[in-house]
Amino acid sequence: MRGYRLWLAIILLVAALSVWISLPGTESVDVLGFSLTTKVVQGLDLQGGSRVLLRVPPGTNFNSDTLDQAVKNVERRVNGLGVTEAVVQRQGEDRVIVELPGVKEQKIAFDAIKSTGMLEFVDFSAITSGSVPEGSCILTTDQVELARGRLLEGETLKPYDQFTCPSEDLNNPVEEPALLNNGEPFKTIMTGAGLSDAAAITQGSIGTQWVVNFAINDSGERVDDFIDYVAASANRPMAIVLDGRLLSYPTIQADLASSAGAGTMDGGIISGSFTRNDAQILAAQLKYGALPVPLEIIAFDTIGPSLGKLSVDRSIRAGIIGVLTVIAFMLIYYRAAGIAAALALLLFAAINFALFKSIPVTLSLPAITGFLISIGTAVDGNILIFERMKEELRAGRSMERAIEAGFSRAWTSIRDSNTSTIIICVILYFFGNVFGASAVQGFAITLALGLIINLFTAVIATRTFLHTLVLVVGERLRTNPRLLGV
Amino acid sequence: MFLFNFAQRRKLYYLLSASVIVPGIIAMIISVIQYSTPVRLSIDFTGGTLMEVSLVNDVNEQAVRDTLDEFGLNDYIVQELDPIKSDEVDSEFAQAGSRWQLRFEEIDRLEELKSFMQEPAQLGAFWSPKTEEEDPFREAALTTSSVSATVGKEVTRSAVIATFAVAVIILFFIVWAFRQVPHAIRYGSCAIIAMFHDILVTMGVMSILGLVFGWEADALFLTAVLTVVGYSVQDTIVVFDRIRENIPKYRGDDFDIIVNRSVLETVHRSLATQLNAVFVMFAILLFGGETIQQFIGILLIGLLSGTYSSLFNAVPLLVSWEKGELPFVNREARRKRRELQQLA
Repeated sequence: MRGYRLWLAIILLVAALSVWISLPGTESVDVLGFSLTTKVVQGLDLQGGSRVLLRVPPGTNFNSDTLDQAVKNVERRVNGLGVTEAVVQRQGEDRVIVELPGVKEQKIAFDAIKSTGMLEFVDFSAITSGSVPEGSCILTTDQVELARGRLLEGETLKPYDQFTCPSEDLNNPVEEPALLNNGEPFKTIMTGAGLSDAAAITQGSIGTQWVVNFAINDSGERVDDFIDYVAASANRPMAIVLDGRLLSYPTIQADLASSAGAGTMDGGIISGSFTRNDAQILAAQLKYGALPVPLEIIAFDTIGPSLGKLSVDRSIRAGIIGVLTVIAFMLIYYRAAGIAAALALLLFAAINFALFKSIPVTLSLPAITGFLISIGTAVDGNILIFERMKEELRAGRSMERAIEAGFSRAWTSIRDSNTSTIIICVILYFFGNVFGASAVQGFAITLALGLIINLFTAVIATRTFLHTLVLVVGERLRTNPRLLGV
Repeated sequence: MFLFNFAQRRKLYYLLSASVIVPGIIAMIISVIQYSTPVRLSIDFTGGTLMEVSLVNDVNEQAVRDTLDEFGLNDYIVQELDPIKSDEVDSEFAQAGSRWQLRFEEIDRLEELKSFMQEPAQLGAFWSPKTEEEDPFREAALTTSSVSATVGKEVTRSAVIATFAVAVIILFFIVWAFRQVPHAIRYGSCAIIAMFHDILVTMGVMSILGLVFGWEADALFLTAVLTVVGYSVQDTIVVFDRIRENIPKYRGDDFDIIVNRSVLETVHRSLATQLNAVFVMFAILLFGGETIQQFIGILLIGLLSGTYSSLFNAVPLLVSWEKGELPFVNREARRKRRELQQLA
């Protein structure tokens, strides 16, 4: 009997901790130098938003690094839209998955992901070579035009010195102010649309110097401006700016300037201290725009935020009704023992929810369903035990012996049934790994989690509660076995 | 001795199962002829777009079809849904005039389609619970899901792998659970037959619902079936476990009396457990989110079938086998039975 006091203490501790974590206000837990952020992570189907699966079209030549670069670029663009908590992840060999929670203007977000981005050749004649680090945020005339085009009616353009670039450091999301040219934006000479091709090649006597060779598109937009600028800017720098950030600013060689002046320029070479990778990525960016590899959308889901809210409300309602019905059933059918089961069920729910918040488990509609179904089956363990217990009581065993016999005999059944379902959950989890079936994953996770916790609550917690119950009101139970549903 | 001789009415139980399974199989055959799959498959497997859209206007189905035709879609499916009530969604606007579920193959021209549908000459603006300023593109109450054929094929492939993995694991589990029982093959076979019963019932019901209401099997449908399989086998094993335990205990009793006793001893557990699962599922079905309702519906049917098949198929089959009533198996018992009949 004394052993159960210890268990009771442990259970109360777990219960208190779980309830505390589950409380809506608890956002982090710091205990004995162990800290944990706890928050409810809602799936896209609950908070609304979009999920996009992109793929490199089959047959495209690319390597792993260029795809990683593409992922970074997409991420930068998405963050640039001010979408909070967007997730951009590479998936497998040739996939990129983008999750945009709660996006109000999905159309803009989609355009941003799909578009090839904005590559500009910018007048940098006022800048001394080496004085601006690569990656700096640069404001250009085309970006200002773009911003003006996005204004809603009645809005006015913000001052130039308030233009910023989204931070590249995800841990420190401070906007970086854009560099200006004496208080004015830098002049855009041409965009990436003016190029017809680009490739990384080696140059030099021993062939180890990587450069990027590009060809211009004769009929391209503003190509003439570009040629004029090159012709007039020998030995001066020209910047290549991608989505508002400086990629590089090579110096225009005198040879190129004179061929541009003579009207024979059909391309050029960008040299710098490039590694093979740098050169390939830059070439791909020049060719495809911001993304060093082309990406096509092969699947996407969008859920209107209002519908997500509706699903949350309905699920909570269904969950509460379901739990109350189960508790009512257990109390009516098993009487006093039902109290132990009801307490165990509440403990089960609290531990589950606390784990959802701490792991965290993304709560989608199927995930909530998995949890609710695990509630329905959580009492299965109790039922197996109580039925055995009743049999033992009818056979004339004492209360304590009946409880113990009930637990020890039912244990194998509970273990087996939970194990087989957990195995199925594992298979379902792997099935849910493909994009189109990802709804399955949430269901598998919460159902499996519920079954594992159930091993603790249905067996250890219920047994402890029952023994405590016997300790407190044992006399009345002994004289009146009807209180146990016998 | 017992209130109810459970194992006696086995033929009635088989008949009841057949009355659900046979129409299901017929539906599956019709479905194979019509759609070349036994259940209608959703975009998860085939690729395409599923869109649910609320309109400010209360239009009729023909208007929706006309718009889709004019846009140039073919092979689309249109279904009317209940409009979202304005008391359920926080909104200062009146409830939506009508809500539609559209399914079609196109996945690339969605943005164009959405603008086209919203033209005044077509269906008019989408309904949104938000103001024009907060939701300029009227998408707060819109859901779309698009899957390319490539992704559909991948889902299909992993669905097949998952199904095989479950089948193999369940078989191992059954073999393991009955490793020490005499006639283990009987118990194992009966458990597997009960499992197939549940698969046939869920597939059959899905097929019927597909023909009648246009229900389509998605990834969650497969999840429901596989979950049901797990629970069904478990249920059967609990009963068989008890039979195994009772055989040495009541040596000398007739096999069907032992079976009857075992069933009555476990039936409380089976029913109480199922009842609780059913309570929760009914709560989700009646009050939960509508996108999950088909999943829960199938799960519920499967679970009920699982309980039924454990008690009313697997167990009576075991008795029939023992008594030599089944063709091809247990010839010895059948011979003895014939001899007894001839004696009588």
